[in-house]
Amino acid sequence: MTDMSIGRAVKRTEDLRFITGKGHYLDDFSRPHQTYAAFVRSPHAHAEIKKINKTKALKVPGVVAVLTGDELAADKIGTLICGWVIKGKDGSPHKAPPHPALATKKVRYVGDHVAVVIGETLDAAKDGAEAVEVEYRTLPAAVDTASAHKPGQPQLHAEAPNNLCYDWEIGDRAKVDAAFSGAAHAVKLQFVNNRLVPNAIEPRAALADYDTGSGEFTLYTTSQNPHVARLVLSAFIGIAPEHKLRVIAPDVGGGFGSKIFIYAEETVALWAARKIGRPVKWTAERSESFVSDAHGRDHVTTAELATDKDGKFLAMRVNTVANLGAYLSTFASAVPTYLYATLLAGQYKTPLIYCDVQGVFTNTTPVDAYRGAGRPEATYVVERLVEEMAAKLKIAPDELRRRNFVQANEFPYTTPVIHQYDCGDFQRAQREALRVADVAGFAQRKADAKKRGKLRGLGYSSYIEACGIAPSAAVGSLGGGVGLWESATIRFNPTGNVSIHVGTHSHGQSHQTTFAQVVADRLGVPFESVEIVEGDTARTPFGMGTYGSRSAAVGLSAVSKAADKIVEKGKKIAGHLLEAAPQDIEFRDGKFRVMGTDKEVGIAQVAFAAYVPHNYPKDLEPGFEETAFYDPLNFSFPAGTHVAEVEIDPETGTTEIVNYSAVDDFGTIINPMIVEGQVHGGIVQGVGQALLEGAVYDADGQLASGSYMDYTMPRADNVPSFKVETIVVPSPLNPLGVKGCGEAGAIAAPAAVMNAVHDALRAVGVDKVEMPATPHRVWSAIRNAKKKAAK
Amino acid sequence: MDVNVSLTVNGKKVTGKAEPRTLLVQFLRETLGLTGTHVGCDTSQCGACVVHIDGVSVKSCTILAVQCEGKKVTTIEGLAKDGKLHPMQQAFHENHGLQCGFCTPGMIMSAVDLAKRNPKPSETEVREWLEGNICRCTGYHNIVKAIMAGAQASHDLKG
Repeated sequence: MTDMSIGRAVKRTEDLRFITGKGHYLDDFSRPHQTYAAFVRSPHAHAEIKKINKTKALKVPGVVAVLTGDELAADKIGTLICGWVIKGKDGSPHKAPPHPALATKKVRYVGDHVAVVIGETLDAAKDGAEAVEVEYRTLPAAVDTASAHKPGQPQLHAEAPNNLCYDWEIGDRAKVDAAFSGAAHAVKLQFVNNRLVPNAIEPRAALADYDTGSGEFTLYTTSQNPHVARLVLSAFIGIAPEHKLRVIAPDVGGGFGSKIFIYAEETVALWAARKIGRPVKWTAERSESFVSDAHGRDHVTTAELATDKDGKFLAMRVNTVANLGAYLSTFASAVPTYLYATLLAGQYKTPLIYCDVQGVFTNTTPVDAYRGAGRPEATYVVERLVEEMAAKLKIAPDELRRRNFVQANEFPYTTPVIHQYDCGDFQRAQREALRVADVAGFAQRKADAKKRGKLRGLGYSSYIEACGIAPSAAVGSLGGGVGLWESATIRFNPTGNVSIHVGTHSHGQSHQTTFAQVVADRLGVPFESVEIVEGDTARTPFGMGTYGSRSAAVGLSAVSKAADKIVEKGKKIAGHLLEAAPQDIEFRDGKFRVMGTDKEVGIAQVAFAAYVPHNYPKDLEPGFEETAFYDPLNFSFPAGTHVAEVEIDPETGTTEIVNYSAVDDFGTIINPMIVEGQVHGGIVQGVGQALLEGAVYDADGQLASGSYMDYTMPRADNVPSFKVETIVVPSPLNPLGVKGCGEAGAIAAPAAVMNAVHDALRAVGVDKVEMPATPHRVWSAIRNAKKKAAK
Repeated sequence: MDVNVSLTVNGKKVTGKAEPRTLLVQFLRETLGLTGTHVGCDTSQCGACVVHIDGVSVKSCTILAVQCEGKKVTTIEGLAKDGKLHPMQQAFHENHGLQCGFCTPGMIMSAVDLAKRNPKPSETEVREWLEGNICRCTGYHNIVKAIMAGAQASHDLKG
């Protein structure tokens, strides 16, 4: 083991370029003779487009072109797609109305794309966009999630009566109902899982180039999955044949899901580049990001839990209305169904679960996967129910959890909602979390807080998530339209250094460092001699990209498999060089050795021999490069317990997070420094959801929280430092035993924080506060509870 | 109507054309090609564009290029001297104070100014100082650690 091996906190090799201003983000790129695009966006949530008048815009100095949806349609550019078909209760497929990249007859949300203006300069394009005259006939808007599918609402799409995309279910309703009717205890909660805006700090951007000589397109774009973008843009949208489209995602400044999807802007930029014969560049302004990046969450849920007299869980029953926005985004349909309801078992042996979900269209920005994607919503349902049940039964919430945990010796464990958990130790994670959080000292801290006039509360979140999605055939059987394997090529260069070409994409996850650690460890080459290549369809094997905490569990499994192939071939070459049979060669620490002897040859020499095959096995191909594709055997199941401790000032309603502790099981840890960083970031996104963030639409469908002036991003002084630890139960199902760590914080934290808030407020008679628990909401809840008590 | 703007950027005298409405950040990125200074919002909230003007941290989206006539501007590209990282840059690296890296130039430039004013900032002081810098990746935990360490190292370096 070296200082760069798996398990070491190796400092990042990415950093130098980022800390010196030498990163290459999208907006830093330019092409000769490029133009700039500015979009004309709908100011209305719902309207008919009566007329688009380009005349004034075309007279603005520097305006090159003004293009509309009619021209896009005339050029036979297809509509944007959703890649996962959900089948409803009656077996019918979900409704996926056309989603044109530029609207033609109707606009359906504020920010919907109406036209694009191409200018010699960005300012000319923007001035031109302001001069485009669009005549609208405004229509009433359907905005509210809970009522969008009820009778009498404004209708968005003729294809989707009652704005219903699907009415889907999982589980056996009759059995669950029967369990409830015979149960000793039940709790019922109704709550909103608030709509969030992802807000990667780098805005989305695209730079499209068309080479008239070769007929090739190049798209530089802020993507988490460039091959998927290429596939969709070619196969479904019809921009170009796949082999004539190169997609490059360079340094990308955060994604959190929002850069998975294939959006209108890159589609239009590619089309326009060909139309005008010049490169077209578009970079979102933040106000555009707010209305055009796919949002996250937005559920209205009723959830019930039934137990026997001892608090043993008997059944869970959940109904959710999920807001999908105005159109179906790329993976929107799967998020509130298969990524949500399949996690409702949590860490518990609840034998019966039923959930039904109505996915509804509204006149709002499309909603899709955002960090955690369905699993934070599921965790919130489960962990709020458990905590309320504990309060009702007057059982300590940690004790109630222990009574119901799947035990460490019960894996593999099949839940009533599809998943088979491969391994875990929920009890140990909880035990460690209780220690790290000093739960034993909480009563004293609460008493001290009371003396200071503060309400102190403690909340748990024992979450589980399904990451590393998943066996392709399983995904396909549930309606997914893609395979979800990953790929890697390991290429030794003749001089012995190594290029690793992978289908994942790093936009903050530190692959350049962690992937190199794995390769250095597996192949015994110096860490410094390993280069990671990703984010370019011309330089990497086809890959599915990075989301859902899959890069380690799936991507590194592909790398690991490719390394096995390298070793296997290396044994044949080494055997030849050492005059031994390949089966007598062992490989360790970068050296091939004849077993039981000191005869050995280093892997760099083997690589050289493979490229200069003068003394070489007769029947073996030259070259030292191997590619592997890895299709996972199952999801991976990171799990843990987070403990939040809050203090609420009843005079102002302000909630301060005074302690936050996390103990997670991510399986094998490749780089603890990076894992901790991922957890910190996830926790703060979860804290943001719990206390600060929320996309607010008014009744007309205007996004009232459309900038950093109105949408409360977590700042440094909103959060404390965190106590983060891990336990390691390696996954038996992938070569490295890894599970994935990217989303845990965002999944666990909302429930932990809100359980702590409810724990604190129970003392003053408050039974419910919605997320985000802003000072105004908390203060109002306290005041209302006091009024109620006084009556 | 373009006008000429002359200023000193990272120790070099430069002159370039700018419209009266051109922001300093546009001038730095597009006219001078210094793309290390980033734009993350349009309301002067995110702080990705922080540079130093005459030694003081300023959001370069809040000032016009023409207002910087004759001033000394330092960007992230000018922070390392003679191939040696500034202690604050080093501290961000040592403490894993960055993930995607997009907010990082603004964070570091802002932190360098804090360290000048307050060589030993407390955790609370660092967190309050960062009011004008948003990070979506790190949860601030390691940024705060980095700034405390970087401030100390800057102080030690000066003796």
